[in-house]
Order: sequence, then structure tokens, then C-alpha cells
Amino acid sequence: MQHSVSIKDLSLNFGNVKVLEHLNLDIAQGEFIVLLGPSGCGKSTLLNCIAGLLEVSDGQIFIGGKNVTWLEPKDRGIGMVFQSYALYPQMSVERNLSFGLRVSGMPKDEIARRVARAAEILQIQPLLNRKPANLSGGQRQRVAIGRALVRDVDVFLFDEPLSNLDAKLRSDLRVEIKRLHQRLKNTMIYVTHDQIEALTLADRIAIMKNGVIQQLADPHTIYNKPTNLYVAGFIGSPSMNFINGAVDGGTFTAADGTKIPVGAYDFVASPAGSLKAVLGVRPEHILLGDAAQGMPFITAAEIEIVEPMGSETLAWTKVAGVPVTFRCSSDIPLAVGDKVNVGFDIARGSLFNAETENRL
Amino acid sequence: MSQTATMAGSAPATSGEVVEARGPRPKPFFTPRKIVIYSVLFFFSLYYLFPLYVMVVTSLKTMPEIRFGNIFALPQAPNFDAWVKAWSSACTGLNCQGLSPGFWNSVKITIPSTIVSIFIAAVNGYALINWRFKGSEIFFAILIFGSFIPYQVMLYPLVMITREMKIFGTLQAVILIHTVFGMPILTLLFRNYFASLPQELFKAARVDGAGFWRIFFEIMLPMSLPIFVVALILQITGIWNDFLFGVVFAGTQNAPMTVQLNNIVNSAQGTPEYNVNMAATVLTGLVPLAVYFISGKWFVRGIAAGAVKG
Amino acid sequence: MADTAAPMEAGIETVDRPGLLQRLFFHNLPAKIAALPMVATVLVVFVGCTIWTVYYSFTNSKLLPTGKFVGFDQYERLFATSRWNVSVWNLVLYGSMSLVFTLVIGFLLAVLIDQKIRFESAFRTIMLYPFALSFIVTGLVWQWIMNPTLGLQGTLRNLGWTNFSFDWIANPRMVLFAMLIAGLWHGTGFCMVLMLAGLRGVDDEVWKAARVDGIPTWRTYISIVIPMMRGVLITAIVILGSGVVRLYDLVVALTNGGPGISSEVPAKYVFNYMFSGGNIGQGLAAATMMLLTVLIIMVPWAYLEFGGKGKRT
Repeated sequence: MQHSVSIKDLSLNFGNVKVLEHLNLDIAQGEFIVLLGPSGCGKSTLLNCIAGLLEVSDGQIFIGGKNVTWLEPKDRGIGMVFQSYALYPQMSVERNLSFGLRVSGMPKDEIARRVARAAEILQIQPLLNRKPANLSGGQRQRVAIGRALVRDVDVFLFDEPLSNLDAKLRSDLRVEIKRLHQRLKNTMIYVTHDQIEALTLADRIAIMKNGVIQQLADPHTIYNKPTNLYVAGFIGSPSMNFINGAVDGGTFTAADGTKIPVGAYDFVASPAGSLKAVLGVRPEHILLGDAAQGMPFITAAEIEIVEPMGSETLAWTKVAGVPVTFRCSSDIPLAVGDKVNVGFDIARGSLFNAETENRL
Repeated sequence: MSQTATMAGSAPATSGEVVEARGPRPKPFFTPRKIVIYSVLFFFSLYYLFPLYVMVVTSLKTMPEIRFGNIFALPQAPNFDAWVKAWSSACTGLNCQGLSPGFWNSVKITIPSTIVSIFIAAVNGYALINWRFKGSEIFFAILIFGSFIPYQVMLYPLVMITREMKIFGTLQAVILIHTVFGMPILTLLFRNYFASLPQELFKAARVDGAGFWRIFFEIMLPMSLPIFVVALILQITGIWNDFLFGVVFAGTQNAPMTVQLNNIVNSAQGTPEYNVNMAATVLTGLVPLAVYFISGKWFVRGIAAGAVKG
Repeated sequence: MADTAAPMEAGIETVDRPGLLQRLFFHNLPAKIAALPMVATVLVVFVGCTIWTVYYSFTNSKLLPTGKFVGFDQYERLFATSRWNVSVWNLVLYGSMSLVFTLVIGFLLAVLIDQKIRFESAFRTIMLYPFALSFIVTGLVWQWIMNPTLGLQGTLRNLGWTNFSFDWIANPRMVLFAMLIAGLWHGTGFCMVLMLAGLRGVDDEVWKAARVDGIPTWRTYISIVIPMMRGVLITAIVILGSGVVRLYDLVVALTNGGPGISSEVPAKYVFNYMFSGGNIGQGLAAATMMLLTVLIIMVPWAYLEFGGKGKRT
């Protein structure tokens, strides 16, 4: 199988600071990969290395099977879209799209054909004669994508392309990028710190922290089977509830003594003997009242805070002595002080080793 | 998988010896690009440093040595005789007191001019940002536009005005003129700085019942140290280096250092003493140079701030 | 600020609105008192003195500004004076050369400094220190270096290069270039700092985009970066231009107008007629011509910069 982009043992240091460490990543042809992480985790640095805008300290980068580690960005077969759009302000949209092609000496009719195609795909034909200053943020971003498009390359790199847009435009353009990917079927590598963008767009997500990929998997796995505490806490909003305790055989004992049966849990490797552990449950997996009846674990709880969010309600309570959030339908009337039964299915939860922080 | 990659890599798989691209791109230490960059910079550095070198070296030589005629040569026996003479006994016409009176005049001009002009400009900037009144912006616009009018245009009427005020030919006149002509750039500096401070601070102080001066002295001034440093550098070097206003308004008694320097060099009688001339030149340049080297980045910030007019 | 709120208040009849006069004088009173020096400077110096000068340039004032109105006589005499014509011609020649060279060298140095070089701050310090010195110091140093007998020319002849010639300062046809060497020494570092600020202001991602597009560095500078630096360039031109018109100290120190009148400049002409020539009317007419020159530079700039309303706040 031929990988579209392949990163082997990549390291990057700025002086003594290790930004990326022995990183490996193989991306299949036509795959949409999202690099996700907080700022400073090295995701943009990695993208810049792939683009050839940063020189690597060690390791190799292959694009389309070709070793491009020492190649100039223009020779790597990539197109790139930047957060600040990076449009050339004094050139019209048409010239912005065609500038690189003209500099490389491409025949005029070929340039015209490519610009027309990009403009058609992105529906920016009416804007071709305008200057970037006269475009809205969304339109600018389309032009920036168009500049990558006319290069007719196999790999698209996106560096937080939607971060400068407001929430509404961001969700619109997100859909458009997805549509673009479905139409072009290019390999796309997309950097963001927004987990919604990552979950909606990606075929696979690489979650990064301190220059290391924590987990590389499809969105469903990332969300439901996070590989460690960091990933579990980073993904999901509101975030996962964590209960400290210990696991011994088929039982998890919380710090306050509450016993939760974990026999149904799908262990990666069954722990031998007693082990300090953290139990994680997503707020939407905690059920309430009658729905909780069938659950392997049920407990009585008192509602402490209610946050109605329109379509659903977020409520705070205590389970096993720890504050816990759960999500329920807004049709269920809830008030502070209500005594309710809550329960969850451990099979949908996660258990982590409290010391290594890895999934059990 | 790794096999595929190696096969497809740029290095032919047949020979294990060929280096495959990995890690940083190998770069020779001397690239043509680097050589060009550094040699151009080096050439220009010579151009900039040469006068400083010549100035100092000449001032340390004796006249016979200078007449031998090698401007590059280091002094055979460096001595400060020329410096002493330039400072205390070089002549302009009949007056043989050297540069020292000029130095003290420059000090007497620079210190009060700097303080007065900065204070007035700080108040201006503050009023322009936080206490706008009808027409304040128009006055400011004329002030900025006025800073481009050649001084020669306003010189004669100002002579008449200072004469009317009975201060023509005194230190007060020079101080007044420096305050007036320093006002546009300094006001701009302070206005832009105050505009960058959070307006909420001013509003909160108003709600707390503080008035114009109280807010200025207790809220704004303590936060303005950086811009004061910039203004200080700008004014000290600017006023010290001034020639025109000193020559016109100060009168011979109070002539600043630049004026006396020019007199010593350009209207001296008899054979010119180049070592004394250069010593005098170095002495005059010493104060602004000291300000420049001590202030470092702030000097750059000062002229950059001064450049962003409008 | 408070003034803009006035139309809104107008609709509320119950509010006791102070009279117009009262508002004009007592609204923000401390601010108005504090701004008095500025108001006085603007009205008396920048407006008053300028108008006075223009007005009296139409009189035949000699030792005192009391002469009677003579129309354009002073101007006719001005342009019939060879010394003035030489001054103007010098200003045009020196000014255009100085402007072009300062901008080109300043930009070039800024580009070189911006190449992630070693010792960046040392180079910057070396290039900028002349700007901290006065024109008098600048003029006197270069006068000494260019001294035909003992300066650079004499030295190189003594060292055996007997036909080496560098007597620009004493040569009426070359003296402007001597001024140029001294002027560039003083001012190019300043221009470099401005240009460097402009270069550093260009968004990093624009450079990245150009690299991905495969645009050569020189082409990126010419086609993308320089057009983006329009604001800095215009600012530099305006500052350098108005500095050139004022050119005075450097000439006094370097050549004092000589040899003969070959390096005279308008600012010096004005000064000499006003303060030592005893011909005030003539000096004022020359000063008015300087004002006109500055207006020719300034008005288009002001129009470009502030004409498009709402561009700046």
C-alpha cells in the first residue's frame, strides 16, 4: 500500500527545546487527517515541517512515495491554507490565484483553465476582480483555499484555517471543506485546536501533546475509547467525569468506598491484583430515573446545579463523593434539591491506570 | 511498509552507500548568498565606522604627525593635549575659553527644555485622548501639519515675539522655542501612547470622582514610564544637536556647544589645528553618543515612534 | 466625545441644556486650560507666524519689517539672484539624489539585516549611531576626511597612489556629491530602521505562502513586500523630503556654501538675508518659497493619507 504522506522518526529542536520527538505518521491516499491539540503542542510545527517551511532536525518526510525531506516547499506537491489567509493584499483575487503559476512560467491558457476551475469549485467567480481588502473573512478563506487548489497538488495542508472566523461562518465553511474533500478526494492534513472541527471533518484524528502524538484513531474511537487520561479529558465538552479509586478484579472501589461493578468493562489487559485507577464516564452516558433502572450501577443523588441549554439540560450532582455532570433531555423537569436515581453502564465508560494514565 | 518507503525514496535502492535525505538539509558553511550578505554589510559598516575612527585617532595625534598626512594611521604617542585645548583654551576670534562654556550652555538649555517640553506634551496628549473638546482634533491636526513647515518660515516673527517678551538672546528664549517646536512630535507620541491604554481605567477614575489633574498625576503618569523614556531620549539628543535655534535665539553669551564647535572649526584664525578640531567634535558628539549607546533599543523605539506621524 | 452625544439629548425636553456660550467655555474647562499652550502654539506660531511671513514677503522691508506693500517685487528679485537660483537647483539635485539613495540604501540594508544574520544588533548599532550625532558634527568630520591635502586624498597620494583624486569638497562641480556622502552617512541608518520595521510588519504567513507558491525571494520582495510597505515608504519619503528642504546645519558645517556659492541651499539663503544681509523682505520671500515647496510635497500626501475618510481612526 502506498502512503500519501509518511513521516518517519521526525524530530525538531529549537536550540535545546524539543518541539517534536521521534514522530511517526502514515497517511493514506485521500485521507483527511486532523492534528488536534492545545496551542504549543507542536501541531502547527509538524504541519510546517511537512510543508518544508521548517527544517527538521532529524527524520524523514515522504510525500507520494518520494523523499521530500530536503526539497523546497514548491517542489513537494503540496498546497497550503493559512490562518491569516496570507493573501497578497495589492493583487486582485484572480492574480492571487494565478501568481505562483505565472512565476513558474506556466502557459497562459493552462493558468486560465485552472483559475476558472478553482473559482467554479469554490464559487468565487464574481469575486475574481476584487482586492482582498474588499472581501469578507469567509470569502478570503475561500480564495486562500483556491490558491492551494490551482496548484493541482495531491496534498492539502490547512493551518487553523477557520480560527479567524466567527462561529456561524466557521460551521458553514467546515461543511464546505468537507464537501471539497468529498469532491476532490485529496489527502488533507488539517491543524486545529477546535475539537468539533476535528470530530466532524476527520477520517482520523491525531491528538498531540508536547510534540508527541497521544492517540491516532478515527473520531469514534478517540471519543469512546481514549487511550489515556489526557485524551479523555481533552475531547468532549463538557468533559468526561473522573472518579478516583482502585480496581480489583471485577470491582472498582471509589475513594469514598462506593463500589462499582466493572465486570462488563472491555479491558485492554486485565489488571492483576489491586490497582489504583481512574474511572471516566461521559456526561451523556449517565442516565436518570427510569432509564437508569436497567443499568449495572445505580445510585441515589441530589441535584446541585441545573444548566438548561435549550435542547438538553446539564445537571451537576455528586456520585461517590465526587462532583459529576450529566446530560439529559430538557423535557425532564429538574430542580435543585431533587433526589434522583442515576446510573451508567461501565461498558461505555473508561478505566485508566492512575499512575501511567493509560487506558486499562 | 518501511520497505516500500525505502524503495520509493529518492535514493536508488541498489546502492546502500548513497545518502538518503534525512534530517536537516546539508548546507555548506559558506554559501554565495551568505558571502554577499556579509560582505555588503561589512562594506557599509566600514563606511559608518570610518569617520568615528578618524575623529578619535586624529584627536589623539600631534599636529606634526597630522601634517605627515596619513589619516588612517594610529597615533604614535596618543595624548589628550588636543582634548584639553579644545575643552578649555581653543579660540573663536578673541575669545579663548574653548568648548567648556558651550558645554554648560548646552546643559542649561537641554535640561529645562526637555522637562518643559515633555510635560506640556504629556498634558496635551492626555487632554487630546481623554478630554476631547470641540476643535481639539483640529488643533492637533494643524500641530502635526505645522511640524513640516520649514523653521525658516516662522523664524523672523518668533524673533520679534521674543524681543517683545524681552527674552530674545537669553536661555528662556531658546527653551521656549524648543518647547514650541518639540510639541508636535511629543504630543503625537503621548497621544498615541495614552490612546493605547485601556479607556476603562480613565472611566473608572471618573466614576470615582477624580478630576483632570488628579487622573493625570495619579493614574496616567505612573503608567507612562516607557513613553517618558522615549521622549527623554528624543529630546535630549534633539536639543543637544540643535544648531539653528541656538544661533538665532540664544545670543553669543549662551551659545550652545554645536554653535561654539562650528565657530572654533570654521572661523578660527591662523593655521587650523585639526587635532583640536576633531577633539572638539568628539566632545560635542559625546553626549548624544552616550545617550545612544546607553539607551540601545529605546533609541530605535523613539525614532520609530517619531516616524509614525499621523 | 461628549459633543457627539448632544443630538441625542436634544430630544429630551426636560433636560436643562446649558447655553451655547457656557458649553463652549466651561465644558471640560481644566482640559481647555491645560491645552492652552498647544492652542497658543498652533494659533500664534504655526498659523500666525506663517501668515505674517507670507504677508511681509510682499513688502520692501530692509532692516525692520515695516516696509510698504510692493507686490511680487521681492520674488522677481529673488529669481533674478544667481545665488538663489543656485540654491534652488542645488536643493533639487541634492534632494532627489539624497532621497533616492537614502531609500535604496536604507531598504537594501534593512533587507540584508532581515536575513536572520548573526550580529544583527551590532550591525544595526553601527548603522544608526551617526543619526544620533548632530549635522554639525557630521559636517565637520567629513570636512576633515575630505580635506584635499591631509585627508583621504593626501593620505592615499602619500602612500604612493599619486594620481588619486578626491577633492569633491573643493570642487564646485562635485561639492554636492561631497554633501551627499556626509548626508547619507547621517541618514541611511534611520531609513534602514524605518524599512526594517516595515519589513517586520509583513505577516509571516505571507512569506510562507509565497514559498509554497514557489516565488523566488527577490520576486517576493518586489511584487509582494514592497507594495505591502506602501505606508512606511510614504512616511519615509515625507520625513526625508521635509528634512531635505530644511537642510541647513550640514551645509554650514561642511562647506559653508562654498566653494564660492556652489553649495548654497535655500534655508541658508533665508538665514543670511534675514540675519546678516539686512534684507528682511528678501529673506521672507525666500522663506515663503520654501513653504510652498513643502506644501507641494505635503498636500498630495495629506490627501492620500487622510482624504479617504474612515481609513484611520
